[in-house]
Amino acid sequence: MALYEESVHKAFDRIKHSKLNAYITLDKEGALETAGKVDDGKVSGRLAGMTVAVKDCITTKGLLTTCGSKILSGYVPPFDAEVVARLRKEGAVITGKTNMDEFAMGTSTESSYYGPTKNPWDLTRVPGGSSGGSGAAVAGLECRMALGTDTGGSVRCPASFCGVVGIKPTYGLVSRYGVIAYANSLEQVGPMARNVSDAALLLDVIAGHDPKDSTSVPHDACYTDHLVEDVKGLTIGVPKEYFGEGTDKKVDNAVWSAIMKLDKLGADYKEVSLPHTKYALSAYYIIAMCEASSNLARFDGLRYGLRIGKDENWHTTFSRIRAEGFGEEVKRRIMLGTYALSEGYYGKYYLKALKVRTLIKQDFEKVFKGVDVLAAPTMPTTAFKIGEHADDPLSMYMADIDTVPVNLAGVPSISVPCGFAGKLPIGIQFIGGFFDEPKIIRTAHTYELNTDFQKLPEGF
Amino acid sequence: MAISVKDVQHIASLACVDLNETEQERFAKQFNSILEYFKELDGLNTEGVEPTYHVIGLNNVFREDDAYEPLPQEEALKNAPRHEKGYFKGPRIV
Amino acid sequence: MDGDGLEGSVIIGLEIHCQLNKLNSKLFCGCSTKQQGLEPNTMTCPVCLGLPGALPVINKKAVEYSIMVGLALSCEIAEHTQFYRKNYYYPDLPRGFQITQYDWPIASNGILTVEADGEERTVRIRRVHMEEDPGRLVHQGSIETSKFVLVDYNRSGMPLLEVVTEPDLRSPKEARRFINKLRNILEYLDVFDGSLEGALRVDANVSLRGGARVEIKNISSYKGVERALLFEISRQQNMKRRGVKVTQETRHYDDERNCTITLRTKEQAEEYRYYPEPDLVPLSVKSWEPRLKATLPELPDARRERFKKQYSISDDHAKVITSEIRVANYYECVAGKCEPRLAATWVADYLKGELNYRDRDIKDAFEPEKMIYILEQLKTGIITDKGAVEVMRALLDEGGDPKDIILSRNLAKVETDITKAAVKDVIKENLEAIRDYKDGKPQALNYLVGKVMKKTNGRADPAEVNLLLRELLECT
Repeated sequence: MALYEESVHKAFDRIKHSKLNAYITLDKEGALETAGKVDDGKVSGRLAGMTVAVKDCITTKGLLTTCGSKILSGYVPPFDAEVVARLRKEGAVITGKTNMDEFAMGTSTESSYYGPTKNPWDLTRVPGGSSGGSGAAVAGLECRMALGTDTGGSVRCPASFCGVVGIKPTYGLVSRYGVIAYANSLEQVGPMARNVSDAALLLDVIAGHDPKDSTSVPHDACYTDHLVEDVKGLTIGVPKEYFGEGTDKKVDNAVWSAIMKLDKLGADYKEVSLPHTKYALSAYYIIAMCEASSNLARFDGLRYGLRIGKDENWHTTFSRIRAEGFGEEVKRRIMLGTYALSEGYYGKYYLKALKVRTLIKQDFEKVFKGVDVLAAPTMPTTAFKIGEHADDPLSMYMADIDTVPVNLAGVPSISVPCGFAGKLPIGIQFIGGFFDEPKIIRTAHTYELNTDFQKLPEGF
Repeated sequence: MAISVKDVQHIASLACVDLNETEQERFAKQFNSILEYFKELDGLNTEGVEPTYHVIGLNNVFREDDAYEPLPQEEALKNAPRHEKGYFKGPRIV
Repeated sequence: MDGDGLEGSVIIGLEIHCQLNKLNSKLFCGCSTKQQGLEPNTMTCPVCLGLPGALPVINKKAVEYSIMVGLALSCEIAEHTQFYRKNYYYPDLPRGFQITQYDWPIASNGILTVEADGEERTVRIRRVHMEEDPGRLVHQGSIETSKFVLVDYNRSGMPLLEVVTEPDLRSPKEARRFINKLRNILEYLDVFDGSLEGALRVDANVSLRGGARVEIKNISSYKGVERALLFEISRQQNMKRRGVKVTQETRHYDDERNCTITLRTKEQAEEYRYYPEPDLVPLSVKSWEPRLKATLPELPDARRERFKKQYSISDDHAKVITSEIRVANYYECVAGKCEPRLAATWVADYLKGELNYRDRDIKDAFEPEKMIYILEQLKTGIITDKGAVEVMRALLDEGGDPKDIILSRNLAKVETDITKAAVKDVIKENLEAIRDYKDGKPQALNYLVGKVMKKTNGRADPAEVNLLLRELLECT
């Protein structure tokens, strides 16, 4: 059997026996077909024959796309997302669609209609979210790399919890065409991989202007060119607001050790302040909920998706379908968003949050005048237990404290493994200024080459 | 409490979601604690601060007035749970 | 409303939605705007079907057209303009929100004058904004009794321009004139074809002075506007007369039954939760203004003035001719080849009259070349006025070639010799009438003309017959 076809069989064999529940939909047939073509030399490209898993909120032509929601039961899109089209063009072997928090609303992948995904390092724990399926699939060798989406940390959080690399690109760098929107003004598709090189390669393929997305920025760069082992003269800012209270001591220590390591490798570091950080979480949730309440209005069972029971008048029917089709977290967010946008509250919540967003963005702009990159914990803790936050949504929201400021400001960030707490991986994020992906990739790559945290979970 | 069960019912109707009584009560409680948390923004003076709708300062993004091939009718209707004579079939209006 | 003493007590404001149906593609996607009369759901794509993940991109030409309309209505063009989401649920709205404008419309503060019984009324234009059309709902029977709804999204995403007036109109007739004039301007700008069904829809706000304001939604025909307003005004007047207070509400106009029905009251007002569309970026297009201004064609009022000067035609004729761009173009074509004043009479009075009688549009009339031929025949005396009208009617009803019609229907005037011969015969045969005429009874001449006309089967020119008769009678 030919090389690539064989690797596809291997991956699907592993998936078949997997306990992770990383995928919602598999496409073995399509994967084998592409792999066969690569073997035969009919398909080539920068990702030729490499297995890539795609988060289920990214539209795939002819392949079930559910967003982890019951409401999209049976939905088979008639078109490919731009990022998927780019994967295909470069010869990627798409293995299937990965599990996620319903509509990307979550930090644990527990809210999926298709059941929670498990963390490969500890099956009793969450893989992080919302791109938990992608994180677990990469860590668990069920694909070589994966696409996630990051609205408030949804790529970096599972990267951190699963011990892999994840990039949240600058807003506008990667096309959102075909990405089922949760919060349009915050989210970007990002690569996830077991090392920085693969992540940079995947970013090379998906980044670049797309005229179908009005928020896509014309910007050219080659990220793999920046896989350079050199941090000499680099100034690393350490934002004090990301450390201390609320952050697990072991996480705090691991991140500081990483900063020391980079210092040894020739970089300088200095403590800096992003004074509005503590307001980021509220601002983020208000904006995300408002946008979500509008984005999710289209799911009514008329054109696609779930349709149940006998029809009453349209409002009653739609309300029942949406009640049945949406999970609790989704209902909570669209209702709060509806409330926050309604008359009399728009100024108090939405507009206020957008003003806070300005201040947070300005914090980053100011700080990047004096430093090249920022280093901070990706998550304040390691992966938590499945069900740990089940009864308290607010406590789950708090876990996003270190990731959301980046989305509000639109700047890029990469999360890489930087140690362990017991057997659970810890992640450090390097944050850059607008379109500074080259700098954060170089920093992460240099750090990765000089450390030993790129491990496989036990038993893999 | 800032948000009553009645408020939740009104929001649910606006958001087009049918909720049972237990859900209404639970949401009312949760909304209050979440909105209480959001109150921390009230402490931040944002007078004179412009809101940021888009982080990237793009403007004037257009397409040319060119027509492309539409989806074939069967593709357009393919995902519809109910359709008839080429139309999507929906619940009655009144 | 005219003459019943209620002028001035009626206050009307209009919101007019016009499809920019001269564009090639829809507002936010590349589906064609030529979606009229197609099979349902055959002109859709992921964007206008609202499929998850699909994103809108603004049609540049739609923005240019909107600016041109703004300029034609003497509006200010915005420095900054942007799109919003208007959030509400309805089966015709595929995304659960409509992409429209809210704060920052593309144009505002314009004016348009309309004729208001002997004077010109200046109607202020509050704003002009862009938005997308929803899909189309089809009910089995009526909306109240239908057990389900059928939805066609071909219309979804059609580019609409909404023109909102201040409450400056004072009668249903003025409202109709305003709409006709607006339609005319849009057609002069070549951004709109008002003859397509559903191309123009109107919401109207009506109140009696001092009373509550009622919004009438969904008036979808030109004639419907006046009728809906007349109905609503008399409803409000009746309430006033009975001492019942008119309440602020939104009513739906039922064209078939010609009445308005409560849609929702003030208490049930919609909450649209407008917020800026995050998938589109703002526009700064004021700098396009000079370029687009330079491309603006001559507009109806200017053309009317020019016609009066250039062709020496009456104001009434100039008004009728320029009130529809196709008629104006038709006229200019004919006037270039014929005597312009003659052309004005025949286009404005006769042709328009015949078309109105048939409830037809000038674009369904015969070619101007045929009109030129008819007028040439008339001018050189080959056919009479009556004959010319007959040719026109035949062309409108059966088509064909005017030359053939004149020949086959024997409409060409008989030669003067034949007329002369007939006159001589008539004189010989009617000595008594001649005696009467000579005795000073001029009406006898009419009798004789009639006899000649009868003899020539009506083909002789009565004026010529008259002249010949008098000449001959003088010498005998």
